[in-house]
Amino acid sequence: MESSTPINRKLKPGLSGKTESRFKRVADSPYLFIMPYAILFLLLIVLPVVIAAAMSFTYFNTVEFPRFVGFRNYIDLFTGDTVFLQNAVPNTLLYGIIVGPFGYMLAFMLAWMLSQVTHRMRTLYTVIIYSPSITGPVMMAVVWKVLFSGDQAGYLNYWLLKLNIVQEPVQWLQSPELLMPIMIFIALWGSMGVGFLAMLAGLLNIDRTMYEAAYIDGIRNRWQEIFYITIPSMKPQMLFGAVMAIIGTFNAAGMAATLSGGTPPPQYVGWLIVDHANDFGFVRYEMGYASAVTVALLCIVILFNKVSYKLFGE
Amino acid sequence: MVKFNPDKLHKDQLGFHIFLLVLSIFMVLPIVFIINNSFKPFTELFAYPPRFFVSQPTFENFRLLLHFSAESGLPLSRYVFNSVLTTTIVILSTLAISSMAAFGLSKLHFKGKETFNKINTLALMFVPVAVAIPRFLIIEKMGVFNTYFAHIIPMLAMPIGIFLLKQFMDQVPDDLIEASKMDGGGNWRVYWSVMLPMVKPALVTVAILTFQASWGNAESSANFMNDESLRTLPFYLNTLVAQSGNIVAGAGLSAVAGLVMFLPNLILFIILQNKVMDSMAHTGIK
Repeated sequence: MESSTPINRKLKPGLSGKTESRFKRVADSPYLFIMPYAILFLLLIVLPVVIAAAMSFTYFNTVEFPRFVGFRNYIDLFTGDTVFLQNAVPNTLLYGIIVGPFGYMLAFMLAWMLSQVTHRMRTLYTVIIYSPSITGPVMMAVVWKVLFSGDQAGYLNYWLLKLNIVQEPVQWLQSPELLMPIMIFIALWGSMGVGFLAMLAGLLNIDRTMYEAAYIDGIRNRWQEIFYITIPSMKPQMLFGAVMAIIGTFNAAGMAATLSGGTPPPQYVGWLIVDHANDFGFVRYEMGYASAVTVALLCIVILFNKVSYKLFGE
Repeated sequence: MVKFNPDKLHKDQLGFHIFLLVLSIFMVLPIVFIINNSFKPFTELFAYPPRFFVSQPTFENFRLLLHFSAESGLPLSRYVFNSVLTTTIVILSTLAISSMAAFGLSKLHFKGKETFNKINTLALMFVPVAVAIPRFLIIEKMGVFNTYFAHIIPMLAMPIGIFLLKQFMDQVPDDLIEASKMDGGGNWRVYWSVMLPMVKPALVTVAILTFQASWGNAESSANFMNDESLRTLPFYLNTLVAQSGNIVAGAGLSAVAGLVMFLPNLILFIILQNKVMDSMAHTGIK
């Protein structure tokens, strides 16, 4: 190749010069840079959303070709599916509304405190506070199941019995009233993820002179400082944290089953929308119906994100 | 007046330290617990009253994990190999694909750029589980079902990676690019020798996020694989924990499994956290 080009150029300078520049133009094209991602993005994000939307109007058992059924799935979902209406939706909303905003506020509060201690200690605290969010499901099954176990191996029962707070062992993970609060507790414990890191970094990057100026302008206390200076100065990170918190909470699935040791968990306690979709899609192979569930979930997520953009967007 | 990012310890900070210290201890307890449990011999795992700390540490549980996998027909090393291989490929390809796209979306001019940027920001809200079923069908139709590609391809489209990298690249001054172009470099040269070195913190962050997602990914093994020999470590450990949950050795085994999954993540984060914080500072949605 390298040796043939100059010879070619000598023979037909005009033509080869043209092809070379065309090659160069193609090789240098902006489209070449975005193409790999654009293809993957279309294939793995856009197309699946379109397919899910289309499939939600069909009956599809993965064996036969999908059969168009109109709004049948949605009608069933919103009128006939008692597990969805009485368990999955209220559980997801309850879980989302507690874990989302509280986790988010907790993240901001902790980041705010961390921004006010020295670098070395801050690093140590940050690593510890961030680490639960990377532990994963294996960890959850191992630690929390043992801690809340109802038999003699359960740590919490042992301590409570010893301190005389309870008189007999509590069946933490089998009780309909207790499973959901435990799920929320575990989720909050592990909610300091990427959004938390972004908020901390955002706090550390606020120009310090802003505060000095604000004090001259008559800001009196920490609350005023937080609401008038700190939050407005880190809006992008606050928005990022909010989006991440929403996605994190609505992605949650399988917790109740892992903790209680069975699918579905007793009386569908802690059963979330994603669990419902997985159940119909991958256990019962009713793909059309499962798609309707996921489309409903996607709508909820987009709705919540719209709200957070309203609150923190420019 | 509150002082942000102080240089030295001052008595104002005492309250924060007390609160953060107590909270940190509380947050770290489960992790300390899992480390202790993985070194506990049977007698201590099932001792009554249950004890938090190990008193006679042993490697018995680690040996048992190896033993169990050998008995099931596939050595543990096979799952480890699969995980390491797919995770490495996923990280390298994601970095390449994301940084190229981010460069295009940030600094190059082409038709449809604004629209693409908007859609990508919208895709940040994307809930992967919501489209698990169509993805399953797409993977099947692509003909990569039951191959390593099925572990890799679903992990590659990472809107948050593009987002972070683009935020960084937007702040690289155009003069630098002009200078490089004056020297006769094309877009690839600018990308390779100007952009990539400038956005290192963001690249590191994307690598870490990708590692966490890929190393812990058990879904592709469950949904896209038929051959046990192609499945990855998290899937194997999940099933092991589920199967051995009721047997006596279960508790120790699951603790070891949890540790194996968690430690690489933690170590990587500790080493690279400075860079991560750096890139998170630029996380602005515009």
